[in-house]
Amino acid sequence: MQVLLDNLGTFGRGAWGTVVLFAWSAVGSLVLGTLLACLRVAPSAAMRAAGTAYVNLVRNTPLTLVMFFSVLALPQLQIRFGDSLNTQFRVFAVLALVAYTSCFVCEAIRSGINTVPVGQAEAARAIGLPFGQVLTLVVLPQAFRAVVPPMGNIFIALVKNTSVASAFSNYELISAMRNLIEQNGNAVISILVGITAAYVLLVAVVALAFNRLERAVGVPA
Amino acid sequence: MSDPSAATTPPGAPAQRRPLVRLEHVDKHFGALHVLRDVDLTVAEGEVVVVIGPSGSGKSTLCRTINRLEAIDSGRITIAGEDLPAEGKALAKLRADVGMVFQSFNLFAHKTVRENVTLGPVKVRGVAAAEARRRADELLERVGVASQADKYPAQLSGGQQQRVAIARALAMDPKVMLFDEPTSALDPEMINEVLDVMTGLARSGMTMVVVTHEMGFARRAADRVVFMAEGQVLEDADPETFFTAPEHERAKDFLSKILTH
Ligand SMILES: Nc1ncnc2c1ncn2[C@@H]1O[C@H](COP(=O)(O)OP(=O)(O)OP(=O)(O)O)[C@@H](O)[C@H]1O
Ligand SMILES: [Mg+2]
Repeated sequence: MQVLLDNLGTFGRGAWGTVVLFAWSAVGSLVLGTLLACLRVAPSAAMRAAGTAYVNLVRNTPLTLVMFFSVLALPQLQIRFGDSLNTQFRVFAVLALVAYTSCFVCEAIRSGINTVPVGQAEAARAIGLPFGQVLTLVVLPQAFRAVVPPMGNIFIALVKNTSVASAFSNYELISAMRNLIEQNGNAVISILVGITAAYVLLVAVVALAFNRLERAVGVPA
Repeated sequence: MSDPSAATTPPGAPAQRRPLVRLEHVDKHFGALHVLRDVDLTVAEGEVVVVIGPSGSGKSTLCRTINRLEAIDSGRITIAGEDLPAEGKALAKLRADVGMVFQSFNLFAHKTVRENVTLGPVKVRGVAAAEARRRADELLERVGVASQADKYPAQLSGGQQQRVAIARALAMDPKVMLFDEPTSALDPEMINEVLDVMTGLARSGMTMVVVTHEMGFARRAADRVVFMAEGQVLEDADPETFFTAPEHERAKDFLSKILTH
């Protein structure tokens, strides 16, 4: 374990990279996933078709390939964010993670919407709420409750999926691991155990947060 | 309106009032099933129309076409002279003027009783929160559930939930109220508390379309009874005439079943 203590800086920089990738991607996929779910239940057939097409296309593409699209195709289209290369690669990675994860968020929310009795939406329409508010004020708040446990799993997967970004010039835990192994070939096992422990800890924090959330949003009866 | 005898106005009188809801040659299919067949129905301002008929005759569908929860295939529906708009902002605005009470209450499960009643006024009408609360408490008082205002729907009995649902609809100051079998999901001992609220509403001059099998309510509160069978309006008469001298065999048959149980 000495090797980890000696290289706390590298280790910490890697962990921070993972946390940053995760945090931005989580927020982004929650927003995009919710919008996609709204598309998929919209009254307009064209909107529903667009939502379905996106989800089926991106969900069935390997995350690595989505990353390649983001990192290689976006610059070709003159789409870049930020000045430094580090920032640009970080944003590309987050965009890919968001594009990918939001499909799963969308499907979880959509199945959550299906658990809300149709009478709830009908009553909301009957008092004159427009489609958007029927969703945001009545259906989604009830759907989110049903969605908390599957969403926890999606975000746990997201913590681990951030590791794909290390192959696309992002510094995070896996990059730190590679660095450490290159410099300390004799302590490979300690390094692997340390990195694993870091992921387990991050996942545990996410899982705990979702457990708390699940209890907080429980329907009073 | 303050005239307490409104409920017993002779049948000729309502026709002189302004027509509020008008259905003309309305047809509606569910796939191959023809659920509404050339339905004509006019409900005048302040009038209470009870709709009865066997299961599957299209009563709920009729009720739901009036606020366009179901779109019609052909024909015309107007409310206060205006055609029902297509889906969108204008339709939402119209629905705000048409109160609806469902068989299964459909109170918003994640909101308290008071929030159920204030949601529409605040979000749709733009009423200030404090004013909406005051009005909600007034309406909850009127339907007799003021003490439950801070509870969630699941904590209330069916009868209490349905009365909250009535208050929620009334909070929008609707021009007309639609009731689709408001008491058929209720335990017998709770039916009257809901019917009493509805009778009071009828007396106060509210325009109402009520799908129900509560014949006592029909006799007590209705200006007209409409009998439906297989998607058609077969009879449309004042309660006295309908109950004592129905024209159609089907109506007689239906009445004999429902009145002897
Ligand atoms: N959404 C729907 N899709 C397909 N068929 C439907 C739908 N809603 C109703 N129906 C059918 O249309 C017919 C009329 O239904 P409706 O609910 O209007 O009857 P009802 O008179 O209200 O009956 P009940 O007394 O049982 O409530 C029935 O045969 C019903 O099965
Ligand atoms: Mg019905």
